[in-house]
Amino acid sequence: MAHAVSNPAGAHGGHGDGHHEEHHDQESMKMFGFWLFLITDVILFGTLFATFVVLRLNTDGGPTGAELLEMNGIIISTFILLTSSFTSGIAVLEMNKGNKRGLILWLAITALLGASFIFLEVNEFIHLVHEGANIGTSAYWSAFFVLVGTHGLHVSVGLVWMIALMIQLGRRGISPVTKRKVSIVSLYWHFLDVVWIFVFTIVYLMGVM
Amino acid sequence: MMRPFLRVLTPVFIMLMAVLLSGCGEQFIVLDPKGPIGESQKDLIYFSTILCAVIIVPVLILTAIIVIRYRDKPGSKASYKPNWEHSTKLEITWWGIPIVAIVILAIVTVKYTYALEPSKPIESAKEPITIQVTSLDWKWLFQYPDEDIATVNYIKIPEDVPIKFQLTADTAMNSFWVPQLGGQIYAMSGMAMTLYLQADEQGTYFGTGANFTGKDFAKMTFKVDATSEEDYKAWVDEVKATSPALTAEGFEQLTEPSVSNVQLFSSFPQGLFHKVAMQYINGGGGAHQHHGSAESEAADTKATDSNTAPADAAETHDHNASHTDSNAHAGH
Amino acid sequence: MLDKIKQFASEFFVTGDPLILGAQVSIGLSLVAILFVLTFFKKWRWLWTEWLTSVDHKKIGIMYIIASILMLFRGGVDALLMRVQLAAPQLEFLNPEHYNAIFTTHGVIMILFMAMPLMFGLFNIVVPLQIGARDVAFPFLNSLSFWMFFFGAMLFNVSFIIGGSPDAGWLAYPPLSELSGSPGLGQDFYIWGIQISGIGSLATGINFVVTILKMRAPGMKLMQMPMFVWSVLSSCITIMFAFPILTVTLFLLFIDRYLGAHFFTLDGGGNPMMYINLIWMWGHPEVYIVILPAFGIFSEVVSAFSKKKLFGYKSMVFALMSISFFSFFTWAHHFFTMGSGANVNAFFALTTMLIAIPTGVKVFNWLFTMYRGRLSFPTPMMWTIAFIPCFVIGGMTGVLLSVAPADFQFHNSYFLIAHFHQVLIGGVVFGYFAGLYYWWPKMFGFRLHEGLGKWAFWFWNIGFYVCFMPQYALGLMGMTRRFNAYDFDMGWQPLNVVSTVGAFLMGMAFIFQVWQIAHSIRFFKKEKDGDAWDGRTLEWSIPSPAPLYNFARLPQVTSQDEWWEEKQRIANGQPAKPLSKLEPIHMPKNSGIPFIMSLCWFVAGFGFVWDWLWMAIPGLIGVAICMLVRSFSYDTDYYIPVDEIERTEAALRGTK
Repeated sequence: MAHAVSNPAGAHGGHGDGHHEEHHDQESMKMFGFWLFLITDVILFGTLFATFVVLRLNTDGGPTGAELLEMNGIIISTFILLTSSFTSGIAVLEMNKGNKRGLILWLAITALLGASFIFLEVNEFIHLVHEGANIGTSAYWSAFFVLVGTHGLHVSVGLVWMIALMIQLGRRGISPVTKRKVSIVSLYWHFLDVVWIFVFTIVYLMGVM
Repeated sequence: MMRPFLRVLTPVFIMLMAVLLSGCGEQFIVLDPKGPIGESQKDLIYFSTILCAVIIVPVLILTAIIVIRYRDKPGSKASYKPNWEHSTKLEITWWGIPIVAIVILAIVTVKYTYALEPSKPIESAKEPITIQVTSLDWKWLFQYPDEDIATVNYIKIPEDVPIKFQLTADTAMNSFWVPQLGGQIYAMSGMAMTLYLQADEQGTYFGTGANFTGKDFAKMTFKVDATSEEDYKAWVDEVKATSPALTAEGFEQLTEPSVSNVQLFSSFPQGLFHKVAMQYINGGGGAHQHHGSAESEAADTKATDSNTAPADAAETHDHNASHTDSNAHAGH
Repeated sequence: MLDKIKQFASEFFVTGDPLILGAQVSIGLSLVAILFVLTFFKKWRWLWTEWLTSVDHKKIGIMYIIASILMLFRGGVDALLMRVQLAAPQLEFLNPEHYNAIFTTHGVIMILFMAMPLMFGLFNIVVPLQIGARDVAFPFLNSLSFWMFFFGAMLFNVSFIIGGSPDAGWLAYPPLSELSGSPGLGQDFYIWGIQISGIGSLATGINFVVTILKMRAPGMKLMQMPMFVWSVLSSCITIMFAFPILTVTLFLLFIDRYLGAHFFTLDGGGNPMMYINLIWMWGHPEVYIVILPAFGIFSEVVSAFSKKKLFGYKSMVFALMSISFFSFFTWAHHFFTMGSGANVNAFFALTTMLIAIPTGVKVFNWLFTMYRGRLSFPTPMMWTIAFIPCFVIGGMTGVLLSVAPADFQFHNSYFLIAHFHQVLIGGVVFGYFAGLYYWWPKMFGFRLHEGLGKWAFWFWNIGFYVCFMPQYALGLMGMTRRFNAYDFDMGWQPLNVVSTVGAFLMGMAFIFQVWQIAHSIRFFKKEKDGDAWDGRTLEWSIPSPAPLYNFARLPQVTSQDEWWEEKQRIANGQPAKPLSKLEPIHMPKNSGIPFIMSLCWFVAGFGFVWDWLWMAIPGLIGVAICMLVRSFSYDTDYYIPVDEIERTEAALRGTK
């Protein structure tokens, strides 16, 4: 009964009802596997947060976060990412209604918001480097860039994934397989949102205050 | 049937072990300590060994008995109960046995952990002598701030006087170990660790680096001579009179990756130890910013720049900073 | 031009050492030989379709095991070279750099590229069969895990002949492992080799947790799972929590070296001690990851050859799970000497001792499984019996090391070396050997020659004690680990010579094992019955080797030793369970993507090691393309029709 990625619904309708149930098992198993992956990702980010906290004061006489970080931009980014989490939720609701066009539309909006988040982050990094804080400036900035950058990398991977999924949805419509894929991407997106809230609190709020 | 058997065997085994461990001559230097710290550690080793042996020896015997008795042979009279899989009484017993043993061991361990905390001074009527230890690639530099002399790969100490070792490293982390005086502690750059040891007897003791630091790490052994206080004083005077001084340039040379024989110096640059310990903390001295080999420059092109920290930042902490915030400690 | 090429070659290849030159030549020759044989016998297609692209858990398991035996050979040769050097340091058989490189690679290879794949091999072969499943939860991911491991291991091993081996110790403490201490490429090979294979291990961990929780045969409750499955579950959960820490730690070290960051550097506010904490937060659970499945194997073997139910099943489960939990709270016992203060040391000493309790309970349970049993002693059982005293003594020295103030005298000495080899060889290696011998008939459909196996057994065991008992004594004599030479007035040489003799005895034992396998293949005798040992669990209810789909009908499970109970029922004259109607079986299609994607990782890693972005970036793009191709392919499975299952079953089970 094990296989990696299932057929689209109806591809082997001739095999009778039992297999639909099997599909259900398959998709729920993948969902469960993804939850486990998220646990490992939590550990990954947890480790990065721990290193950041350990190194937060080690600026080696160089610039500190409080001096260079600009909260206004970050609050806008945060707002954008939170909104994208909301829109990805709407996308799932559209999917459950069976509205393929609505689903793709809301996914596209989500991706767009995600892309602007990344755009702002890249801009922030460029700004910081101009101000004289790069990854080699001090342990503090190493930890800063790697933690924030790893989150950004996760978001970027999510973007590529979302675009790939939109193409698949366009071609194949809403099936048990695409449904599961959308659910997973949406879960991933919410997860990144939660991680960002921690980044925002620990790196920015606590760093500036 | 088993009980009397065990009662006889356990003490026999313990005796055997004691003979094996202590009787085999002086080569087992860990078990032949010449100082109070090493002595306590030896007691602890014996105690925990015997405590563990009390449990594992019967287990080993039990294993042998069970394996022999229940082996499948024609006409075996041993009982066979293929579905016997649970017995609350037995299982409580063997959760209980290790729990009791571990509780005893834990109590003793905690007590000794506090008693033998390396940075705790040894109680003595005499003032401790400070020796500042620096692990270099691949040699040890010992500075005697009280006497203003320094040595490489050699220590002389008076007997019955507590020695306060302060340890740091120029680059890679090492571990300072003189087995017959007592256990080791890491020598790490960026901080000064403290280790109190004392020799109760005169003699020559083996000392070594115990944490790998690169190519010629194995050459980082040294001798510790414990002598009478008079001899020690005479030696200090002799070093002061006859040996060259360690200059800043001389120290630079010592930091080059190489091995070294014993060297003696009549003086050393003021505050050298603290400079070495704090060299990587920005504004904290910078004993030699371009330390070591050319490669290390490649590692980081950014030498310490600007921003001179207040002088007191260079002061090393005597206590052993806990690992997570030690850098913060040292730098701020 | 020619000079440029020469210059490049002298930097690219490791030169100047006759031992390495010999290895380079022989590796080159064997590569040519393999290519020739594959081409001559026209086996390329077979290799690709049957093995490299296979998603069958049994084949992946076999590939894991073959790879791990090769790595055991490499790691073993490293060990022998070290022992030769230490027996006669005055000869300077190995120069210091070479010695340092060899103890580094020995450690990494034995733990990460020998023990881990051997473990994953056994997981793959046994777990689905024991829980009555047709494959693992994610067969594609499983194949990917294997190839990530394989290419990671290759990337690590290639440093031996290209670029230079890592030589900063198996856990590569900074600042020694930073660019300042190790400017060579070896450390980069270390980072990328372990990183790539580590991601594979992480995926395997997730895969098996899902497999065990979601794919058990109908009726099999958690508390009816074979003990090996429980041990795999506890091990995989530990992997899930530990391996991300390794990934991050190596990544940060890479960023330090590659981009000049300051996580673990001496200057710039870096904190080398943080690395030591992080690496052991992975490293300590890691040793439990490899030992827990060995506990599971012993439980299976003891029960099977005592002809008796496993004693104290619930205690065992509880012990496994608590070991896995506590393993995360002991890491600092690897550096009591860091001067973290009495509070920290006391805490970690206590947590370490706590682990001894469940471990001790397991030993009692094995003993009382044998008690009132009917013991027979084929090779799997011999390894198990040899394990008990070895592990008990090794465990005891572990408890001695956990006494923090006493550890100040043991730390980094040969006492420590002897201890961890005793638990890793006496526990892990003996355990996996027991498992390998036990399940060998199930994997390949023939048995291994028992006589040669016993020779190997005795050589291993005698060699082990001769090798490692003197090392305890050497530790008490003050001999430090990682010394490549020592003075003769220390009196260390006689015991070192004894130890070396022991190491060579173990080397002989390995030769006996190779001979045993070769002999058993040469005089191949097909297993007629799938039930080689009169086993107790489901894997013995199907033919050996198992057909592609494992179970023609998924078994209905009602008890703990399901197959044994079934045999008992039949022996007591009760009717066998009625056979249900066969149905088409859903199977995954083979895929070349895991192989290609892992190859791309290898290319990317190699590029980063040499700082060749022209190579690293295409490698990463290849990885991304592979993922997308996979995401877009929907035709990834098929059905085995009923008549084909009937034909296969008839052929395998005779006329039955």
